[in-house]
Amino acid sequence: MAFAGAKIIQPSLPLIHTTTRSPDNTLLSDPSFLSSPFLGSTRTLRLTQSISPAQRRSASPVVAVSDVFKEKKLKSNTNLLLTKEEGLQVYEDMILGRAFEDMCAQMYYRGKMFGFVHLYNGQEAVSSGFIKLLKKEDSVVSTYRDHVHALSKGVPARAVMSELFGKKTGCCRGQGGSMHMFSAEHNVLGGFAFIGEGIPVATGAAFASKYRREVLKEADCDHVTLAFFGDGTCNNGQFFECLNMAALWKLPIIFVVENNLWAIGMSHLRSTSDPEIWKKGPAFGMPGVHVDGMDVLKVREVAKEAIGRARRGEGPTLVECETYRFRGHSLADPDELRDPAEKARYAARDPITALKKYLIESKLANEAELKAIEKKIDEVVEDAVEFADESPAPSRSQLLENVFADPRGFGIGPDGSYRCEDPKFTQGTAQV
Amino acid sequence: MWGIIKQKLGARGLSAPVFGDCMHRLRPMASAIRRYSSATKQMTVRDALNSALDEEMAADSDVFLMGEEVGEYQGAYKISKGLLDKYGSERVVDTPITEAGFTGIGVGAAYHGLKPVVEFMTFNFAMQAIDQIINSAAKTNYMSAGKINVPIVFRGPNGPAAGVGAQHSQCYGAWYGSVPGLKVLVPYSSEDARGLLKAAIRDPDPVVFLENEMLYGESFPVSTEALDSSFSLPIGKAKIEREGKDVTITAFSKMVGYALKAAEILEKEGINAEVINLRSIRPLDRATINASVRKTNRLVTVEEGFPQHGVGAEICATVVEDSFNYLDTPVERIAGADVPTPYAANLERLAFPQIEDVVRAAKRTCCRSVPMAANV
Ligand SMILES: Cc1ncc(C[n+]2csc(CCOP(=O)(O)OP(=O)(O)O)c2C)c(N)n1
Ligand SMILES: [Mg+2]
Repeated sequence: MAFAGAKIIQPSLPLIHTTTRSPDNTLLSDPSFLSSPFLGSTRTLRLTQSISPAQRRSASPVVAVSDVFKEKKLKSNTNLLLTKEEGLQVYEDMILGRAFEDMCAQMYYRGKMFGFVHLYNGQEAVSSGFIKLLKKEDSVVSTYRDHVHALSKGVPARAVMSELFGKKTGCCRGQGGSMHMFSAEHNVLGGFAFIGEGIPVATGAAFASKYRREVLKEADCDHVTLAFFGDGTCNNGQFFECLNMAALWKLPIIFVVENNLWAIGMSHLRSTSDPEIWKKGPAFGMPGVHVDGMDVLKVREVAKEAIGRARRGEGPTLVECETYRFRGHSLADPDELRDPAEKARYAARDPITALKKYLIESKLANEAELKAIEKKIDEVVEDAVEFADESPAPSRSQLLENVFADPRGFGIGPDGSYRCEDPKFTQGTAQV
Repeated sequence: MWGIIKQKLGARGLSAPVFGDCMHRLRPMASAIRRYSSATKQMTVRDALNSALDEEMAADSDVFLMGEEVGEYQGAYKISKGLLDKYGSERVVDTPITEAGFTGIGVGAAYHGLKPVVEFMTFNFAMQAIDQIINSAAKTNYMSAGKINVPIVFRGPNGPAAGVGAQHSQCYGAWYGSVPGLKVLVPYSSEDARGLLKAAIRDPDPVVFLENEMLYGESFPVSTEALDSSFSLPIGKAKIEREGKDVTITAFSKMVGYALKAAEILEKEGINAEVINLRSIRPLDRATINASVRKTNRLVTVEEGFPQHGVGAEICATVVEDSFNYLDTPVERIAGADVPTPYAANLERLAFPQIEDVVRAAKRTCCRSVPMAANV
């Protein structure tokens, strides 16, 4: 067995995994991280009588468990966590995510977008930390909280905003909407609105990569897939089913759990018998990693390892990113169950502020450079709104398009005409 | 990092926050016309459902509610508001997001005589539990030779909502309507909601109870009789919402309001429409539908679901089978467009029946009556 994590989890013993503590302070403010990266930390066992999930949780930030990670990390002797260029790229992406979502809230209240709009504020370190490490050919599968994943993957802000406005120029021509971002060009394989639904789809994308490499002999097909989903989703069967198959078949996928501690108004601790999600990796024979999802540098380190592993054909990884959403579940959620003190605590750990501080303190960037990025992004978002607003609504004839890939649409009727031209059959009551 | 959470856990249960409408910031629908003679009080559909649940839980401790956010959040659409406080977390059970799991658990509990009410946050999500609903619930009485019945209610909002795109917006009436062993109820008004939900909970068989999110906030007059805790409505009986002689319009759920509105418009043009509120899709009240068609000789069916194999198709079939010779004109079937629900507002509107569509179809049936009269 390659994974230490699998070994230490013994059925009958309640355990605490501790590590060389990278205590409450973040990587970003803790230079000692450089010499003692938590990924390579050792674990100790401690037996206790009976501990509540909350107690277990409060033990310390839990960390990587795989030998794979450990060995890699020990060999690595880089001192810089990222180059200036990388730092600015990640910063820009996070600013874009934040500014875009703030604009969405405004536009929603102005009636420019509708339905359920789920914003990503607070979780930017996860999207930017992972997706910015991908190649264009790599795939991303998301949920209903998908705008920022699409942006990080390179879908232009104009195309996403326009989709949200329900316009023809949107990335799905106004047919998908907020919860369903797709971009074949960018390998954004969808925002899926149903809990768990995206996980098998992502696993299927990873299956296809492996198939292309091994069956179709496309030697250069080393594409990986990232599946993003929430803590609440980890109680859904599809999660477990896919952990099993991904490990069984060594698929190039990373299961990225964005544990923001809440599923609408359901606290993670109230819904999950063992709230340490990362532990489910080793249980299925893959590494499980717990990382501070408010710290983009930590996320990036973990992501690098996991993506590299997947690319090398070494199989899947489960990464639990502990993060927090700064807004309600959706723009229609009154958000009355989360404790204001909890919100304040996480607000103080804003991942963007933290990165900014790191970039400046480590002299990777100065205030002016970061300001320039913020200004540029403001313009990008403004431009996206203008573009979306001025774009035309879909034409009426679009109603019946794209239901099938078959260009004949619904097939050919007995009189030789396309069935899609038979108004009784397809239009319902629409007067197209 | 988790200290706050701990505190939060400790504080749980102390607060019982009161919520207004949420998750409901949707475009308002045209309010429907209603005709009730012995109306005494106005009540929203939300309150009707809430009071029905409350009364049935009070009357029978075998009844419990389970689903996502039914407890502390008071229901995603606030249907279970106040019930957690009243009945506690053993009877108002917040579940993880695992439809297959908790639906199956509900079914298993029903095998043992409990009367679970399983709430789906929306019926779309019940797709992840369709095996449990159809295989485990609907077929068990039959497979066990009548030895194990399944007194369970599956309820939640069904049908198109506003602006939520393809996955969150569709009608499951015809899906469940085709399954032997299920009863499928589709309330429109507050009286329907109260009477049918109470009947569903008391019923010995699995009932799929399809509510409509757009109706939750609508107020309807309710009679004193309907407010009584003993009130219930018969399963399988349609209601003639409005009598007429020129054309029969069948509808269910939100579309009943549209049909009534259309009937008003038609009246001004001299067409007297009879509007049937189906109330139950399975069993389908074939008798009431056929009697009406035999009187009016014309039929328009209205539903928001997809056209093929829809509820309208079944109604057409029953009318063709039983009252073919009474039809003066071809049946008009109004349904949603045969496409996944579009997000863009203009396309979405095109995809679902509007009041004008009902009016137009009804007029067509009436105008075409002369050439076809030979059939009578
Ligand atoms: C199958 C299914 N059931 C219920 C829902 C309703 N729902 C939407 S989001 C959500 C909570 C998800 O929480 P989590 O997985 O933690 O993700 P987060 O929203 O926190 O990012 C629920 C219950 C759904 N979309 N799909
Ligand atoms: Mg969550």
